Amino acid sequence: MGNVINLKVNGLNYSVDVELGETLLDVLREKLDITSPKRGCEMGECGACTVIMNDLAVNSCLVLAIEANNAEIYTVESLKKNGKLHPLQKSFVDNGAIQCGFCTPGMLMSAKALIDRNPDPTEDDIKEAIAGNICRCTGYKPIVEAIKKAVSTMKKEGS
Amino acid sequence: MSVKTRVVGTSVSRKDALEKVTGAAKFVDDMKFGPGLLHAKLLRSPYPHARIIKIDTSKAEALPGVRAVISGKDFNQYIGLYLLDRTLYAVDKVRYVGEPVAGVAAETVEIAEDALKLIDVEYEELTGIFDPEDALKPGAPILHEKLGEYECAPFIFPQPGTNISNYFKVRKGDVDSAFKQCAHITEQEYFVPHLQHTPLETHVAVAKVDDAGLYTLWTSSQSPFAQRNLLAKSLEIPYHKLRVITPYVGGGFGSKAGVSIEGCVIPLAIKASPRPVKLHLTREEEFYCTFVRQGLKAKVKIGVDSEGRILAMENTYYWDAGAYTEYGVNITRASGYSSTGPYLVPNVKADSYCCYTNHPVGGPMRGFGMPEIHWAIEQAIDTICCKIGMDPVEFRMKNALKGGDLSVTGGVMHPNGLKKCILKAAQDLSWDQPKPKAGEGRKIGRGIAAMWKAPAMPPDASSGAILKFNEDATVNLLVSGMEIGQGTHTVMAQMAAEVLGIPYEWIRVHTPDTDYSPYEWQTVASRLTWSMGNAVVKAAEDARQQILELAANHWGCGLEELDIQNGMIIQIEDPGKTIPLKDSVIYGIRGKDGNLRGGPIIGRGNFIPPDVTPLDRETGQGPKAVVHFTTGAQAAEIEVDEETGRIHLRKISSCYDVGKAINPLNVICQSIGGIYMGLSTGMFEQLKMHNGTPLNNNLSDYVTATVADMPDEIFASFVEVPQADGPFGARGVGEHTMVPTAPAIANAIYDALGVRIRSMPMTPEKIVCALKQKRLESKDKKKIEQAFASIE
Ligand code: FES
Ligand code: FES
Repeated sequence: MGNVINLKVNGLNYSVDVELGETLLDVLREKLDITSPKRGCEMGECGACTVIMNDLAVNSCLVLAIEANNAEIYTVESLKKNGKLHPLQKSFVDNGAIQCGFCTPGMLMSAKALIDRNPDPTEDDIKEAIAGNICRCTGYKPIVEAIKKAVSTMKKEGS
Repeated sequence: MSVKTRVVGTSVSRKDALEKVTGAAKFVDDMKFGPGLLHAKLLRSPYPHARIIKIDTSKAEALPGVRAVISGKDFNQYIGLYLLDRTLYAVDKVRYVGEPVAGVAAETVEIAEDALKLIDVEYEELTGIFDPEDALKPGAPILHEKLGEYECAPFIFPQPGTNISNYFKVRKGDVDSAFKQCAHITEQEYFVPHLQHTPLETHVAVAKVDDAGLYTLWTSSQSPFAQRNLLAKSLEIPYHKLRVITPYVGGGFGSKAGVSIEGCVIPLAIKASPRPVKLHLTREEEFYCTFVRQGLKAKVKIGVDSEGRILAMENTYYWDAGAYTEYGVNITRASGYSSTGPYLVPNVKADSYCCYTNHPVGGPMRGFGMPEIHWAIEQAIDTICCKIGMDPVEFRMKNALKGGDLSVTGGVMHPNGLKKCILKAAQDLSWDQPKPKAGEGRKIGRGIAAMWKAPAMPPDASSGAILKFNEDATVNLLVSGMEIGQGTHTVMAQMAAEVLGIPYEWIRVHTPDTDYSPYEWQTVASRLTWSMGNAVVKAAEDARQQILELAANHWGCGLEELDIQNGMIIQIEDPGKTIPLKDSVIYGIRGKDGNLRGGPIIGRGNFIPPDVTPLDRETGQGPKAVVHFTTGAQAAEIEVDEETGRIHLRKISSCYDVGKAINPLNVICQSIGGIYMGLSTGMFEQLKMHNGTPLNNNLSDYVTATVADMPDEIFASFVEVPQADGPFGARGVGEHTMVPTAPAIANAIYDALGVRIRSMPMTPEKIVCALKQKRLESKDKKKIEQAFASIE
């Protein structure tokens, strides 16, 4: 009771009163109304709650809120800049990587964390990066394809 | 029906894509209900079969923070879609582990959980049934003593005094004499275990009953109107006072069809009124407390003549339907009227039994019985092919049902592209080329399987559509088919845009709210593109007609002289003469006399399958059993390690006859997703149970295929033999895409190793065991042969 944590989410600073057992996922969804990280299992098994915390993709259901004190967090809400979709988002739309959409925010954040640290990933790197994200709809292939294409777009745009 | 189309037939991007990549898409769990929200938890039966001696909830009620406690004593109403065999909460007996016995609504989840521990339930354990054939044995405990009193649909035939909640049979021709004429006969048994659909979003529902007696339910459901219908009937709520709101659904695959947890939440909301009550299933609960896929034991017997033509089939299906079969009874029926697979079989005997067991509740899952029966049929056919030395593609081409043939129920098969699909699936794997060389200690195999599936639904499953123009000529399209990932919003908008003559981008499709959206039976049976699509086309035609009449009147010309293109009404012969839809679809058109005519344009459309007929109870015969069948085929090329039994999927091809691909990319994506689900359920998934107790209730122990298990290459395609009564010729394909995957892989295993895996899933252990067995048998055979040789 009465633990205040400070955290930066999608570039904004927040001070939040949290309970001891509360998770980062709870804080994002219930206290900050950032609902893109989803509750798929709350046991670290599905990846639907994936966010980027201090440059790493994490299952936010496994991170205690107090562990997130002073952390820098990014969710899928941060990807669109100046009204423009991030190349990853655009590529997911164009390549059939979305069906029900429940895995999509987590999937995108796993992919984003990957290309942030490795702008030129191999197909195996991509598969490894999303290995913890379950998708029951798409059969994964379109997602891998979408990430590959986003990477090549970003390389072109960067050069 | 080869009209030139602008939007229909193109791969425009999904209507819901932007919301889903930005995080804007809202699912029920994302909705906010304010500080008044109460949280529900359910006390569930720890026993598969037991009598409830007493329930004492007084201590739980006294716990601070608890606002409502409910049990079967308070709410004992029956509910169900096809057979009303289930109560909202257990009454007198529990019949599966996980059955709701009591419910609590409290200020926090933690308080609700604590309260559950304070509820005293005294049980007397009863003998359980855990195998569908055991359920039929004389002396088996009867799970539903009141089976004879349950209300049911006219095409469901429960057998009171037994554990059979539906029995469907086919008697066509004369199988006994036909088998006598057969050159070859094979008789085999197959097994399919229980599965869990495992949508990524678990079930969640919020209910509120306000002080004026208005009920509102927000739920992750495929069936807002079926929810309203079943719940209103069960709880005797006037339909207009029960409002069901269903936002996006995070995957359904059948598990969110009909009613499940909602029946537990509403009673709590009644008692805690006017506060909203939310129930969010944990992943563990999701595994066995909602619908699971029914298990199946199948016995199939197929006989062919010397030319490889099928003369007779005798199939018996024992469905392990679980503790309640309110929905599953219709799977039994569907597997009966589809019991032969997509083949011309002149003599058929089929018996399909829906058997109560003390397993979780069997319900609809993608394919609605078809993946299960094709697992058996397609492997049995492969066996016959090996026996008579006929190529499996040739065999299927020879026996495939074509337009005009009589199907298993005696109806005339409509024109279809099944043969084209079989050929295409084979071609994509270079079927007629020699197999590539396998690696050291490995074998390569190829297999093929075909399929058919009809929308399984009552004959009067109908659809409605409303479309409303706005001032700027954009359109809000109201339908109540659920966007569960299959892309239905996209194809509906495409069809409407095509007919209306406006850009696709001008249309927005809404998730339903039963207070404002038109009726739709349910989002099941892969029926939306066809049924709801027909309603949407009619609604668009209705609006178009109103607009054109207005313009024709204004210009004093005939309707046939006009068209709408890109949001403009034009005179075909004189395209310079135009009236923009903008403004005129709301404010009307001012005539030369100075008077305004018209007003807000609202299109409405409905659709009901006109001519499905009942089937004879004794023979299963009738002129039109179903609205249509979608057919298709898949082939697999695998490499399997002889030592470890591990399968590497090299290639999978698939081809379906979709009538018309409204959105080709969507069809391909459904196919890839279906292949994934087909191989995942075929090779990995099984809800393991010991005497009714589920053992693998989490995503680590319940294994699903990962990205690494997907085939190296997928060739997904479609053919288009138009459906005469389909919108633009279309028919559904969502579920079909997973049906033949598992048997195609199983047939490839046989081709590679000469062993047949008859029980799903095809795990490496089963393959290794089968290989060992085969080696032993061939050794024994050699020994016996040697012994005979020495005697001679
Ligand atoms: S909800 Fe966090 S991993 Fe599933
Ligand atoms: S799109 Fe449904 S779980 Fe991935």
